[in-house]
Amino acid sequence: MTVRIQTADFDVSVEIAALRRNNPKVGAVASFVGVVRDINDGGTVAEMTLEHYPGMTEKAIEEIIGQARSRWNVLNALVIHRVGQLKPMDQIVLVVVAGEHRGEAFAACEFIMDYLKTRAPFWKKERTGKGARWVEARHTDDIAAERWRFKLGSEQ
Amino acid sequence: MDRPRGRPANSGRMITVLYFASLRESLGKGAEQIALPAAVRDLEGLRALLVARGGAWEEGLAPGRPVRAAVNQAMAHGDTRIADGDEIAFFPPVTGG
Repeated sequence: MTVRIQTADFDVSVEIAALRRNNPKVGAVASFVGVVRDINDGGTVAEMTLEHYPGMTEKAIEEIIGQARSRWNVLNALVIHRVGQLKPMDQIVLVVVAGEHRGEAFAACEFIMDYLKTRAPFWKKERTGKGARWVEARHTDDIAAERWRFKLGSEQ
Repeated sequence: MDRPRGRPANSGRMITVLYFASLRESLGKGAEQIALPAAVRDLEGLRALLVARGGAWEEGLAPGRPVRAAVNQAMAHGDTRIADGDEIAFFPPVTGG
């Protein structure tokens, strides 16, 4: 299980290869890549700055991975989240889950991402044509995280 | 215990308080050390102490404002107790991912 907060970009295939290396039990790898869009709330985004809470951010994500492991048979998991200056089309976040079967890998990957959105201390500031603004939290993200409470622990 | 006139009793507890993102900008401060008055026992009490500074503090931290908080890097609520040496953080709802 690995959590990395970094300014540098990442290579998805290199990360996936490293995650499942030497583990013949892995039958499924699910991954999610979040990407910076050029439009948000009707404004054109020229650039984005990601701020985080060093120390707590890593702990919060480790805790989320721990919750995923208690629900599904996760063989290995990786979360990389970038901070600092980002531009549209840049990769911003990577979640990779290796499991024995696809159902568990998909579910755990989506769970980690939904919880990260509402529980990991990151904040986005966008620079648009009208100046800089802090991105507001979305209620739809709360709903996405909340629905896991009512789902069964295993979905194979 | 002798103490200066007109100042609240200091409990001897020192804490570190951090502010992030829009809150850090509006308050003009990212971190500070605070000597806790004896009356401040929990997160809610600390927030009230900060609100009492007025101005941007009152505006940014007023009850009802969407402010989240952590004690020692774990999400916390108003009734979470505060102890000597704690690291407290106030920040807006998170927007990563």
